[in-house]
Amino acid sequence: MKREEVLINNESGLHARPASQFVKTAGMFKSDIFIEYNGKKINAKSILGVLSGGIVKGSKIFIQAEGEDEEEAVNELVNLIKDKLVD
Amino acid sequence: MKGIGVSPGIVFGKAFVYIKNEIIISEELISEELIEEEIKKFNNAIVKSKNQLNKLKEKTKSEVGQKESEIFQAHIMMLDDVEYTGKIKYEIEKNLYRSEKAVKVVSEEFIKLFECIDDEYMRARADDIKDISDRIIKNILGIIDSDISNFDTEVIVIANDLTPSDTAQMDKKNVLAFVAEIGGKTSHTAIMARSLEIPAVLGFNDATKVISDGDYLIVDGLKGEVFVNPDNETIESYKIARSDYYKKIKELNNIKSLEAITSDGHKVEIAGNIGTPDDLQSVINNGGEGIGLYRTEFLYMNSDSMPDEDIQFKAYKDVLEKMNPNPVIIRTLDIGGDKNLEYLDMDKELNPFLGLRAIRLCFEKVEMFKTQLRAILRASVYGNTHIMFPMIANVGEVIKAKKLLNECKEELKIEGIKFNNNIKIGIMIEIPSAAMTADIIADEVDFFSIGTNDLCQYTLAADRMNEKVSYLYDHFDIGVLRLIKKVIDASHKKGIFTGMCGEMAGDIYASVILLGMGLDEFSMSASSIPKVKKLIREIKFKDAQELSNKVLMMKNSQEIKSYIKQRLKELKIDVIE
Repeated sequence: MKREEVLINNESGLHARPASQFVKTAGMFKSDIFIEYNGKKINAKSILGVLSGGIVKGSKIFIQAEGEDEEEAVNELVNLIKDKLVD
Repeated sequence: MKGIGVSPGIVFGKAFVYIKNEIIISEELISEELIEEEIKKFNNAIVKSKNQLNKLKEKTKSEVGQKESEIFQAHIMMLDDVEYTGKIKYEIEKNLYRSEKAVKVVSEEFIKLFECIDDEYMRARADDIKDISDRIIKNILGIIDSDISNFDTEVIVIANDLTPSDTAQMDKKNVLAFVAEIGGKTSHTAIMARSLEIPAVLGFNDATKVISDGDYLIVDGLKGEVFVNPDNETIESYKIARSDYYKKIKELNNIKSLEAITSDGHKVEIAGNIGTPDDLQSVINNGGEGIGLYRTEFLYMNSDSMPDEDIQFKAYKDVLEKMNPNPVIIRTLDIGGDKNLEYLDMDKELNPFLGLRAIRLCFEKVEMFKTQLRAILRASVYGNTHIMFPMIANVGEVIKAKKLLNECKEELKIEGIKFNNNIKIGIMIEIPSAAMTADIIADEVDFFSIGTNDLCQYTLAADRMNEKVSYLYDHFDIGVLRLIKKVIDASHKKGIFTGMCGEMAGDIYASVILLGMGLDEFSMSASSIPKVKKLIREIKFKDAQELSNKVLMMKNSQEIKSYIKQRLKELKIDVIE
């Protein structure tokens, strides 16, 4: 299992377009991927889950993956959040 | 077969029967052996829904644009959502729900969750979930709805009823005509059809039963006739009728940009009624010299929440700028009666037309009203702005409305926002008590505009939607005519003008009487403008005055109508109905 903390720094948070970008990317990996935020565990491949998480700018979240491509999955998603999300 | 012709024009074409299906969810549980089968049913419905959405997405992308197609991509993503589909499958297994019931239960959970979040984007997603939920359920149950947002060829749409939202989402460029079972000359569909210049026949009983998809039809939107799979003879005779009709239209085209002035030099103003900024072009194309009624309800009805000041400001500015320097009369919100707003949480009333509607509702919801007044004031610097209050019963209400308008002016002054301080203020005359006291109210306003649809209904105490009493509902009724005359006279004595924005102003025979009574401004659906202009340009004011004086002494509307027809014939005036 791979787990890493990351700060949400884009303007609108994991909301609207950034949320679908994030979910689409998570969907490309075979591993089970979850976001841990505010005591909740959210399926990273579920758009409805991610949207209802209410993850705004300034939130700190954990991304956790388990499976054959867990390394790449977490690295890719952390990179995405750090500088590739388009508001 | 006959209905009521509500929007003129003769067209030939194929029928498209629009059937709206109701979704009925079975509460019955399944037996455990059927779980697997039920899940399979659900999976198949997902595949089917995805195919439909992909097609819609591609079509929208090529016909409208990338941005507009994205909504369908979002829907597809939701169908791929493992949390969503997983929960549905879980409900089937655990509670032995039928798949359609499971879809409904899970969707409603998500909808509730998203609706409580105070964020426009999230609430819009709640609508998306509702949409995909309906789509999946319809696919499970094999319910097929006709799609009216995209037609491959030109069609004549046949329906039981067409709501304003049906017509809004309809692929209008491919619609040759409407035929509906419900509605009459003043229903919303009729008004919409006239402003879109689409021929329409309403009140056509059993239309969806006697007409089938693909039937060849002739629709005469003037006479209200519809021929289903007609013989060659009928087709030939209607081809001639059609070319005559369009020849007349051409004649009208030639005079429409000229002034509305009688042959002995009396000038009036011919304006158009609009419901949205999109209707404006049609008024200009038909030679309208102003906007006599800008209905603002559509701003509120096409939205899921109260339209804010900026949205309203833009919609008003848009019309004012395009019409400048010609006048635009913006009517404040006229909601209630037969028009409701879901997000306003209005009580069900026993007598909605006698209840909390229009200005009365605005006095109750002062913040909502002031938002609109501020938006109009801000827009007033961009054109010749007139503001008009609907459903005024007495002078006290006028004073109250003006006080609120002044409060808005003071606020804007303090905020340093520009507005036109001399904006013209008027009221609708549609309640008999206002007509009777027009001389008193005239001291408080710059103009009157007579709303004949409601004035008729209130004067004759006849519900215009009730077919059993609609024989009473008649703007040629002598009581209605005398009230109108009283209003015009009272306004002229006080030096203000009277217009009319009801359907009556566009009735060619009624317009002669109104002209003779001295009506100053006639505002109507865009398509009626040329024929009324033509009549006014051909008649003498003196003859119209004489005619209206005579009519006001007659006993019934039948007599009045036949007298006008006969008199116009004597005067050698060729009338285009």
